[in-house]
Amino acid sequence: MTTSIKKLILGDQGLLVIFILAFALVSLTVPNFLTERNMLGLLQSVVTVGVIACTMMFCLAARDFDLSVGSNVAFCGMVAVMASNATGSIFLGILTALAAGALVGLFNGVVIAKFRINALITTLATMQIVRGLALISSDGRAVGIDDPMFYQLALSKFLGVPTPIWVLAALFVIFGFVLNRTVFGKNTLAMGGNPEASRLAGVNVDWMRIWIFTLQGFICAVAGILLASRITSGQPNAATGLELSVISACVLGGVSLAGGRATMTGVIVGVMIMGIAENVMNLLNIQAFYQYVVRGFILLLAVLLDNMRSSAIGRR
Amino acid sequence: MPAALFPPFWRVSDTGYALEEAGFMSAYLEFSGISKSYPGVKALSDVSFGVRKGAVHGLMGENGAGKSTLIRILSGDAAADEGTVRIDGETQNYQSTRDAFDAGVVVIHQELQLVPGLTVAENLCLGRFPATGGVIGFSAMYEDVRRKLQLAGISVDPTRKVAELSIGERQMVEIAKAVMLDARVIALDEPTSSLSSRESEILFTLIDRLREDGRVILYISHRLDEVFRLCDSLTVLRDGRLAAHHETIEGVTREQIVSEMVGREISDIWGWRARPVGAVELEVDGVHGEKLPVPASFEARKGEILGFFGLIGAGRSELLRMISGADPRAGGHVRVGGVDIGSGQPAEAIRKGVVLCSEDRKFDGIIQGRSLEENILISSRRHLTRFGVLDLRQEGQVAETFLKKLRVRTPSRRQDIINLSGGNQQKVILCRWLSEKGVRVLLVDEPTRGIDVGAKSEIYDILYQLAEEGMAIVVISSELPEVMGICDRILVMCEGRISAEIKRADFNEQSILAAALPDEASAASVG
Repeated sequence: MTTSIKKLILGDQGLLVIFILAFALVSLTVPNFLTERNMLGLLQSVVTVGVIACTMMFCLAARDFDLSVGSNVAFCGMVAVMASNATGSIFLGILTALAAGALVGLFNGVVIAKFRINALITTLATMQIVRGLALISSDGRAVGIDDPMFYQLALSKFLGVPTPIWVLAALFVIFGFVLNRTVFGKNTLAMGGNPEASRLAGVNVDWMRIWIFTLQGFICAVAGILLASRITSGQPNAATGLELSVISACVLGGVSLAGGRATMTGVIVGVMIMGIAENVMNLLNIQAFYQYVVRGFILLLAVLLDNMRSSAIGRR
Repeated sequence: MPAALFPPFWRVSDTGYALEEAGFMSAYLEFSGISKSYPGVKALSDVSFGVRKGAVHGLMGENGAGKSTLIRILSGDAAADEGTVRIDGETQNYQSTRDAFDAGVVVIHQELQLVPGLTVAENLCLGRFPATGGVIGFSAMYEDVRRKLQLAGISVDPTRKVAELSIGERQMVEIAKAVMLDARVIALDEPTSSLSSRESEILFTLIDRLREDGRVILYISHRLDEVFRLCDSLTVLRDGRLAAHHETIEGVTREQIVSEMVGREISDIWGWRARPVGAVELEVDGVHGEKLPVPASFEARKGEILGFFGLIGAGRSELLRMISGADPRAGGHVRVGGVDIGSGQPAEAIRKGVVLCSEDRKFDGIIQGRSLEENILISSRRHLTRFGVLDLRQEGQVAETFLKKLRVRTPSRRQDIINLSGGNQQKVILCRWLSEKGVRVLLVDEPTRGIDVGAKSEIYDILYQLAEEGMAIVVISSELPEVMGICDRILVMCEGRISAEIKRADFNEQSILAAALPDEASAASVG
């Protein structure tokens, strides 16, 4: 009995099992949880973290790290709003923001891959640089949007579901495919498993890293645009601490910080667990201060579980 | 021979029965009915044997035969599914490696477990520092350790940092640790794999001394001459079963052990056969770089197996690494079939048909944590993709084909490569390059290091087949019999230069060795 439970929880699908159990539990016990309105709200709330987790997963799987995502999201939101205002075209504004985000990522990638500076240090630096740029460009103030059509990005619905959720779902599918079914994905995992062996086997490791970071920057811009639309302005202080939520969600989802191990379903579950925890605490009117403590413990618990799982695999 | 080896006089009689009983009684370390399964593999099934006190007991078998599993069970690192381990009649029930340690079992692994930044004495006293109120009495500690090392016959200065010691000296320190813990059972896992012959000799003297102390030594090695030099008794494992147990090694022949290990007669493990050699395929012209300042030039022909022999550090690996793009070249040209392959990255060399199986499988060969399939297809999958999208079905077929062709023993192609034995990992790396299209030059650095006899001859066979198909093959080996056994021509390197070229007809141990040794070096340090 207990051994079969152990097997289920420590097995390959253990996280999914825990997620389903937890979901069933809160559905039954927490009032107003399992309602259409709350479900959509829950999904809305995880969009930013979920979108970025897609590419953070690649970053971590390749044994890298990106701390600059939070700043980049705020920066790209600012760019989208300001460029839209300046050109009078939302389309151009979005395009500029996507380019700006990708550029920040490209910068990260080149510095890390070509100048061989540790990813943690590099992105710690760009995190501050980019946040600084966001603050400078607006003189530290929020910037409103002239054209109300911009709100429609976040407000419009398709089949009753808001667009950002569709975007999130699409990205989950796309990056799940990229990870499992493309050379890019397989090379990412191989690099994380053993970078030197991958290089000798003909993988262009430098290129791969630059691409991964550029993609990460690009996706930050997507998240930044959606966020700006939702909060109806460009906020230079938006998304502070986002990098830690994203990395937490990935780790929760079984992505190894040592590289070489990642699954899209894991990351989705990780993102959802974080979202549900927050949602439930809000529904139960738990003070925000306590929420930090709970989130920290959830992360620790997840890592502990992951550790038990890998040692269970090792001992088998 | 120490007295403890002999049973009490009243048991010694002419009747076989009493002798047999005596032999049983004196088994100090006893494995009985040990079985252990991993998913998809039965690692050990019903293994039973005993080792007398004061004996050096050889444990032999191919990679994957179950030696490592047995050692892991002995050291508490894994639990047996069935069966018991007894030491001095006591059944051992380990929950952890710590328990085994406390029971006096010390395993000395190939990867040594010392802290490089600490001194020898600090390493030896780690966890048990002689301290008063938390303050370590350093002079007393060094004095104590110095005396104990002297007693054990180990000549290492206790005040030196471990980082400064040679690998041989570090091994001595590991053994000293076992001695100071008063270990009853010491298991040595391929201790000489990275030692020079002089260092090995010192190790053997030390092991002789431990034997006289009445300890039980389990000695795992692939090298038959060492086993004959050291061991009193011997157990051979094959496919997780006891293949043979020799109470005494006297009268046992090499051929016998080899056939017990592989389960069949191997008359000539090299199996070299003549084959047609074609036009020049690889031209290396004045290649040099940071680690190999003297420009090196040589040629290899289609269908030829060219060997590189030399001492460790002679520059052989450095040369091949530069040819394959693994390390940058400062100058020189590499041409394949008359076409320059450029001076870039491994990716470029691979596309031009030059591939390298490197020396250190673990560090830069296998990709840990990923499946065999992925390890094989990492490079060749570019032929199977459309717009970067994989064709999983075709990938599976390719992987299966080569796994079968090279007879890799594995339950599934989805197995994590880390679970395979060294020989099978090497085969997977070969699969990686065989699945590539248009490989013209195969560079192999130490193709059989850490690989057992049976798998070795399989790997040689693969190399012959590839040569017959017209590939040019360049092999580095530090084992002289191997280079002489499988190559058509040998280039000898010495201190960064190619010092001799010898054709198969003129192969001769003395002349090859002479070319490999620098003038002033002693013949003792042939690695």
